[in-house]
Amino acid sequence: MAEYNFIDHKFDVVVVGAGGSGLRAALGCAQAGLKTACITKVFPTRSHTVAAQGGISASLGNMGQDDWRWHMYDTVKGSDWLGDQDAIEYLCRNAPAAVYELEHWGVPFSRTAEGKIYQRAFGGMTKNFGEAPIQRTCAAADRTGHAMLHTMYGQSLAHDTEFFIEYFALDLIMDEGVCRGVTAWKLDDGTLHRFQAQQVILATGGYGRAYFSATSAHTCTGDGGGMALRAGLPLQDMEFVQFHPTGIYGAGCLITEGARGEGGYLTNSEGERFMERYAPSVKDLAPRDMVSRAMTIEIREGRGVGPKKDHIFLHLDHLDPKMLAERLPGISESAKIFAGVDVTKEPIPVLPTVHYNMGGIPTNFFSEVVTREGDNPDKVVPGLMAVGEAACVSVHGANRLGSNSLIDLVVFGRSAALRCADTIKAGATQPELKPSMTDGHLARFDKFRNANGSTSTAHLRLEMQQAMQEDAAVFRTTEALSSGVRRLEAVHAKRPDLKVTDRGMIWNTDLLETLELDNLIGQATVTVVGAHNRTESRGAHAHEDFPDRNDQDWMKHTLTWFDDATGKVKIDDRPVHSYTMTNDIAYIPPKARVY
Amino acid sequence: MVQLALPKNSRVQKGRHHPAPAGAKNVKTFRIYRYDPEGAENPRWDTYDVDVDACGPMVLDVLIHIKNEVDPTLAFRRSCREGVCGSCAMNIGGRNTLACTHGHDETHGSACQISPLPHMPVVKDLIPDLTMFYAQYASIEPWLHTETPEPQKEWRQTPEDREKLDGLYECILCACCSTSCPSYWWNGDKYLGPAALLHAYRWLIDSRDEATGERLDELEDPFKLYRCHTIMNCAQVCPKGLNPAKAIGEIKKMLVDRVV
Repeated sequence: MAEYNFIDHKFDVVVVGAGGSGLRAALGCAQAGLKTACITKVFPTRSHTVAAQGGISASLGNMGQDDWRWHMYDTVKGSDWLGDQDAIEYLCRNAPAAVYELEHWGVPFSRTAEGKIYQRAFGGMTKNFGEAPIQRTCAAADRTGHAMLHTMYGQSLAHDTEFFIEYFALDLIMDEGVCRGVTAWKLDDGTLHRFQAQQVILATGGYGRAYFSATSAHTCTGDGGGMALRAGLPLQDMEFVQFHPTGIYGAGCLITEGARGEGGYLTNSEGERFMERYAPSVKDLAPRDMVSRAMTIEIREGRGVGPKKDHIFLHLDHLDPKMLAERLPGISESAKIFAGVDVTKEPIPVLPTVHYNMGGIPTNFFSEVVTREGDNPDKVVPGLMAVGEAACVSVHGANRLGSNSLIDLVVFGRSAALRCADTIKAGATQPELKPSMTDGHLARFDKFRNANGSTSTAHLRLEMQQAMQEDAAVFRTTEALSSGVRRLEAVHAKRPDLKVTDRGMIWNTDLLETLELDNLIGQATVTVVGAHNRTESRGAHAHEDFPDRNDQDWMKHTLTWFDDATGKVKIDDRPVHSYTMTNDIAYIPPKARVY
Repeated sequence: MVQLALPKNSRVQKGRHHPAPAGAKNVKTFRIYRYDPEGAENPRWDTYDVDVDACGPMVLDVLIHIKNEVDPTLAFRRSCREGVCGSCAMNIGGRNTLACTHGHDETHGSACQISPLPHMPVVKDLIPDLTMFYAQYASIEPWLHTETPEPQKEWRQTPEDREKLDGLYECILCACCSTSCPSYWWNGDKYLGPAALLHAYRWLIDSRDEATGERLDELEDPFKLYRCHTIMNCAQVCPKGLNPAKAIGEIKKMLVDRVV
């Protein structure tokens, strides 16, 4: 093995990732007087939060009466009762303050005539516990994520967060079950770094690129989840993968649910507004899992549009062009560029596309990472937190509602920072790191850097992505999932045969993509294994051999551990919290989920 | 007359040729700037004959195809692939733009030439060093400055005041504009460049911001602002259709307005 030397850094807190949740956590820690580093593989404003379009949910009540309890009810029902209701209460109660904070930092929200933050309708958001759709999603045109991310990065420049930009995190430094820091590779000069911290916060986003077609950016490779698995920690509820109903056919780029929130609707080859049959009360504003299933059924039954009858139309052409220009300019541009469509005149061809991972690193609502240890399902992993899409707190349960993701980022980014402020003493002495804690990191890095087999990274990645696309789709069967498990085993078995061509240390994107692929393989594997294991249908996990929700046997979170050497998965579970955080609202018991 | 010559190691050499696979029907040639910071060789132009029927419609699709199927060592930044993150800004066919929203059929001529954003230090292949660009952005203090105690809820802003931010807040910091500006090429260390100035105006014109005077003081400088000579390359190339030159003009007007 080549000789590698680490450059050492010591901080109170190290945040990995600079998207919405990472920036919010880093900002909060810096404000609390903690010496904070934020390391990120892309420049902060290039994180995937930038692509969020429709908005951020909070019961501000700017468009009529609203209540955080109604928001909570919708989120619980949207989650198909798999969400932890203490965490959902924490989210919904703290949402309005989090949005006002963003506004105070300068987010250019769209405005109502009175000058308040404009809110639009979104799927599954209702008033008075499911009565009728409500306008709860705060929007900056259809560029809300962009507006938030740029504002938060600007705000973090006003505070003392030290950024380490274009550093790729390699592995967690674990010391007998305690996280002591993280190692990273600096891309522009090829040096390796050891970041020691009292608390590491993983804010590394989702792993959408495990699939062939995703709205997710190329960089959404779930690096934190991969690191957690290699550190011997479990991931939770990974079988729940959200398909967004309206990815542009072919390109996979996102068309916001806000398009339907502003009056758009879907049609099949007969020109029928078919959502009226599937969700009579909320129609096109049903939650994403239901709309994606309805679209898939329409296509399967021969009512898809286009020459191959393999997609669906999204109509905005009946809406006022002035409104489209003001509220939906970004998707109008995307539809033009990627589908050649003028939205004021023609429908947009769309298809359900992988969009979001409800699963992730299990945490409590303080954002501390938890695991099951014997009889204790809530054992905190000292020194480690996770926030945002990388985490599973779990507020989204089996299906996330649109616009609940952006609010999740800032509410739990803040919660992590508050917890750090409460539990960490700035500048406290940290134990000495031993080479034995990082030898494995270097061995893995060197192994891939010099990988000299016969399978290119791109080809193995494609094999994994095709398996996921075909076998862990909107609808699943035992047969397909068994095939998926076998195909992922085959992908893991080919990993030692990988070939990396570039041997350099500076901006070696061949090696970078290989390390990312390695992170994806573990997560893709636990996704199909978890899906195969869950013999019921709930939220985004629609199992055709077990079409009903089964609360008796499956009202529980799946935990999956991945043995990196053998590729074997161990499964266990954690109970879903059947309690709320305070007495201000009672536990919402499960019932049939109809809209 | 002064004789100027570029240092030897900056001369770009003829590079390798990668022919199209046998049977390819729709072949297009891409001439790509290559530089390996760890090797001893000069930068070079590699040519790739690509079967564009095997790729998606955008230049980024071509680059990814080359990386996946022909030459995994090719380095470039990319992320969102839908024109919102600003990672894949580069010079394509002589014009700065985003590879992900620029169709490979939009470039004419026998070969499409792709190089890093002009006039920036090159780290590797198509990856420029943007450190100074980011520092200039930070220097305009891109956050809301207020002194009035914050309201419990949102600051009110009329739809008309909010509309003034349109055409400004959409900037994705891709650096296409600044690196296309001859004035920025000459005085990039002192002139803030169109992107940073567009952002400066975004905060100046925000009805919620209370530091207009201080912000203008900072900009009143022969170099930071006044090196804009309305060449307008910035507005020509902006992949988001924004007009930094206009924003710069507005700042100049604000400076005039406060003295008269």
